[in-house]
Amino acid sequence: MRTIIYLFIGILFGITMFKSEAASWFRIYEMFKFESFHMYGIIGTALAVGLVVVQLIKRYKINSFYGEPIIFMSKERSIARYLIGGIIFGLGWALAGACPGPMFTLAGAGYAPILVVIVASLLGTFLYGLLKDQLPH
Amino acid sequence: MISIYEPWPWYVSGPLIALVMFLLLMVGKNFGMSSNLRTLCTICGAGNTSGFFKFDWKTQKWNLVVILGAVIGGYIGVHFLSSDLIVAIHPDTVTDLKALGFQSAGSAYLPSKLFEISALTNIKSLLILSIGGMLVGFGARYAGGCTSGHAISGLSNLQLPSLIAVIGFFIGGLTMIHLIFPLIF
Repeated sequence: MRTIIYLFIGILFGITMFKSEAASWFRIYEMFKFESFHMYGIIGTALAVGLVVVQLIKRYKINSFYGEPIIFMSKERSIARYLIGGIIFGLGWALAGACPGPMFTLAGAGYAPILVVIVASLLGTFLYGLLKDQLPH
Repeated sequence: MISIYEPWPWYVSGPLIALVMFLLLMVGKNFGMSSNLRTLCTICGAGNTSGFFKFDWKTQKWNLVVILGAVIGGYIGVHFLSSDLIVAIHPDTVTDLKALGFQSAGSAYLPSKLFEISALTNIKSLLILSIGGMLVGFGARYAGGCTSGHAISGLSNLQLPSLIAVIGFFIGGLTMIHLIFPLIF
């Protein structure tokens, strides 16, 4: 049953990524050119609604559908890892025009070359795992 | 009235993304897509080479189901919810892209020279796709999250590290498009 719920949420996410055009390489390029409000509108409204949702859950200690407390993990404090990692991610996001959610949506939409991006992103993740202890965090 | 077959406007799409995050929180999970890449590495046996991949991947099975849903969502989006697949980007963006050699700008969903089948036999296209993918995978794990984990989940929870990561995403993206694109296209 829970598996069906996760699948439903994923489908909702995939359709939203595709239909919002957040999965379009062109929209990512346009965003970094500051030539349209579209992507900023998507991220901005997602964040505005998300912020209210998360703060309400915390304020009123709302439990999950299963009656368990909802736990928010605080991220470790650091600057280097977020800034350097973020820059590397941003370089790839603009080049491939896809981030880790939409790349799967594009695979489902039938764009075969996105599989190259997915396999390469697995290699990139693997490489990070190998080099992790040598990198500033 | 806007038809669902047309591209969805930002004021519909953004709140839907927040709904996805809300639903995941309400089933006791969280919204973050790039951790799936680590899980997939573990399933492929990466735990033998690095401790980073030694964890019980079954605890992350739920997120793999979410990403499977995202694949199905892409299929539904393209086959049942779209009348045409044209992304109406700004005319100035179209002009820029055509000057860089992207002739499909303004008349397709993705640039044909990177995402049509013929890209798979073009060395330059393959290099761009694979370097882009590598940077995304490496950077997301180094930063501990991607657009969903940091820009939406992290910022919604007022996490300073997520703000730093999102600033990084933009430094990287702007550098790629304004400084590196003119050199490679």
